[in-house]
Amino acid sequence: MNDLDFFIILLTSAVVVFFIGQAKARSRQESTSGIRLHSLPNYYGYLTALWTFLPALGVFLVWSLFESNIVSMLTIAKFTQLQQLSTDNLSLALNEIKILATTGIYYSNGDANINHQAAAVYSKYFNHSFNLKILVSTLLALLGFTYTYLRINPTMQARNSVERLIVYVLLICALIAILTTLGILFSVLFESVEFFSKVPITEFLFGTHWSPQIAIYEDQAGSSGSFGAVPLFWGTIFISIIAMMIAAPLGLIAAIFLSEYATSRVRATIKPILEILAGVPTVVYGFFAALTIGPLVRDFGYYLREVGVNLDIEILANLTVSTESSLAAGLVMGMMIVPFILSLSDDVISAVPDAMRDGSTALGATKSETVWKVIVPAALPGIVGGFLLAISRAIGETMIVLMAAGVAANLTANPMNSVTTITTQIVTLLTGDQEFDSVKTLAAFALGLGLFITTLILNIIALHVVRKYREQYE
Amino acid sequence: MNNNDIELNQQLGKTVGNPLVDGIPRMSCQSVDVFYNQDLQAIFNVSVDLAKNQILAMIGPSGCGKSTLLRCLNRMNDTIDGCIVTGKIYLDNEDIYTSNIDPVLLRAKVGMVFQKPNPFPKSIYDNVAYGPRLHGLMTNNSELDDIVEESLTKAGLWKETKDRLNKPGTGLSGGQQQRLCIARTIAVKPEVILMDEPTSALDPIATATIEELMYELKSSYTIAVVTHSMQQAARISDRCAYFHLGRLVEVNDTNIVFTNPEHGLTENYITGRFG
Repeated sequence: MNDLDFFIILLTSAVVVFFIGQAKARSRQESTSGIRLHSLPNYYGYLTALWTFLPALGVFLVWSLFESNIVSMLTIAKFTQLQQLSTDNLSLALNEIKILATTGIYYSNGDANINHQAAAVYSKYFNHSFNLKILVSTLLALLGFTYTYLRINPTMQARNSVERLIVYVLLICALIAILTTLGILFSVLFESVEFFSKVPITEFLFGTHWSPQIAIYEDQAGSSGSFGAVPLFWGTIFISIIAMMIAAPLGLIAAIFLSEYATSRVRATIKPILEILAGVPTVVYGFFAALTIGPLVRDFGYYLREVGVNLDIEILANLTVSTESSLAAGLVMGMMIVPFILSLSDDVISAVPDAMRDGSTALGATKSETVWKVIVPAALPGIVGGFLLAISRAIGETMIVLMAAGVAANLTANPMNSVTTITTQIVTLLTGDQEFDSVKTLAAFALGLGLFITTLILNIIALHVVRKYREQYE
Repeated sequence: MNNNDIELNQQLGKTVGNPLVDGIPRMSCQSVDVFYNQDLQAIFNVSVDLAKNQILAMIGPSGCGKSTLLRCLNRMNDTIDGCIVTGKIYLDNEDIYTSNIDPVLLRAKVGMVFQKPNPFPKSIYDNVAYGPRLHGLMTNNSELDDIVEESLTKAGLWKETKDRLNKPGTGLSGGQQQRLCIARTIAVKPEVILMDEPTSALDPIATATIEELMYELKSSYTIAVVTHSMQQAARISDRCAYFHLGRLVEVNDTNIVFTNPEHGLTENYITGRFG
């Protein structure tokens, strides 16, 4: 039996005791004829099932969470040789022991004799722990079941008790979501602190040279990496600006058309299509960018350069042109977020009360005057909120940039040139063969933290603006 | 057509009272029918005049078509899909449903105030200046200031708002908002003002203020007002029209309608026997 088996047994017994509790409630009602049950029989069933399932599951989960650590500690306490090891070697040895104990495979690191003995001890403790865990959980389940079952009678307020328990279930689900987010944030935070202990934070924030290679062997050429993240932040912002310059007007105007001008038939056709468009994986947009738009932009760049040479315009004549360009990435990313902006803007524009339209029309305004002078200003906070959410998406976008803008960290305002973004660099830093504790890998976490903070701030502003919009009328 | 309908048609029959006025009316409806989506007829053969500088009150139970008729007078029904208006409606002897009438310009001449105050989410000043700016009624900013002040004064709102013209119009109280909407309508210099239950969302004190305002405004404008309050109709109107199921049952001078109604349905309604 393993953890999963036990969980399935627990779940099955919860279903079974549901029927038991329900049946008892029914029979009690019949035996005390004349007295009505306080709640429907189902509620007695739910209550029995919840009391059987929840406490046992809680203990089971918490135990499983700490089991491995406690067993390890107990194992170490048994062997003085292990206690003498340094922290790094100890964790190595522990991994070795765990693998040996669970799979029987041995990679022959460290002292084989000690490790084999330790693995046996670890195994033993682990089995004890597991048996104890199952025993305690089962006892709790039985206790919960008996406690509830014995109390079932027509005056018991099962419905109210179920309601109270449900609140706890909801609370736990909410907590899991929040704790997961916090967990991710802290793991990124700790690795970033580690990174900043090796690379000064000032270099990261203000340095203009990004070249994160690390020597694999000593005296390697170009071994000193430099971690100035300014080109990455610039690349991210630059591409996002290009994308928003495309998406903001296009999305807004299309939204105005859909919500104010289009007939309900057209609207009913276009809206689902746009939602499908919003669901296209970004990698598809990515190869569209790399294979179609990229070369087009490059050819346009060559044409500009030719014009520059012919007309003797120095800036154009010296234009750097490459197939991977921020313009290509920005254009395609703009197309990607158009449906997003359109959908959000359409919602807020439709939410403007008809009284505003009537009021403006009754004063002799044409439709477009009404739209631009009353509807759009009224919906503007919501529209801006939508824009900010779209920017967050643009900043977080990876695949399009990776495929269309490249990985060269250029600090340039030339949209024909290749740039790179934070997300792209995180991908390139973390994929391929790496030492996991190298500065190069840690840099990815620092970049992730920067990205997290940027999008967090943008989202907070967006939420604030959107909330303000909700209080606009009345 | 079932028996009820036949009986009803006999009861409703022709409009009784005095639908036409002496002299030239400001607005005149002649044999107006209104359909929603072809099969649903909302107004049946209604003829009624709006006399210059008078208030016409339109009363009747909910769904009797009085608001529909009101919205025909400035072609607001154009914005509703599938709404068809037949018959003739004249403004100063000009048919407003012919093709050479621009509904946008018509609405500047025939203004409208709605049931629920609907100031734009702009400043008080911009709310009033909205219409004049659209129609280019001024040549410079000081003229616009004058229009705003004049309109707010006429609407009885100037004293309360002159120090806070840049504050949002939505921050005013309900009654003040409704007066702001009236000021906004006046600012376009209309000939006729249509009011669709202008006080039904307001408390009695704000209602009294609006009623006084309407009484003052009628010296400069022709007013048609839809109301559910018979007391209000009796207090403010010169003429009163009673609608029932899309038919104009009776129209006459207000004191005649309220003291000596000709039609049984009118009498039932104003004595509170139904509706």
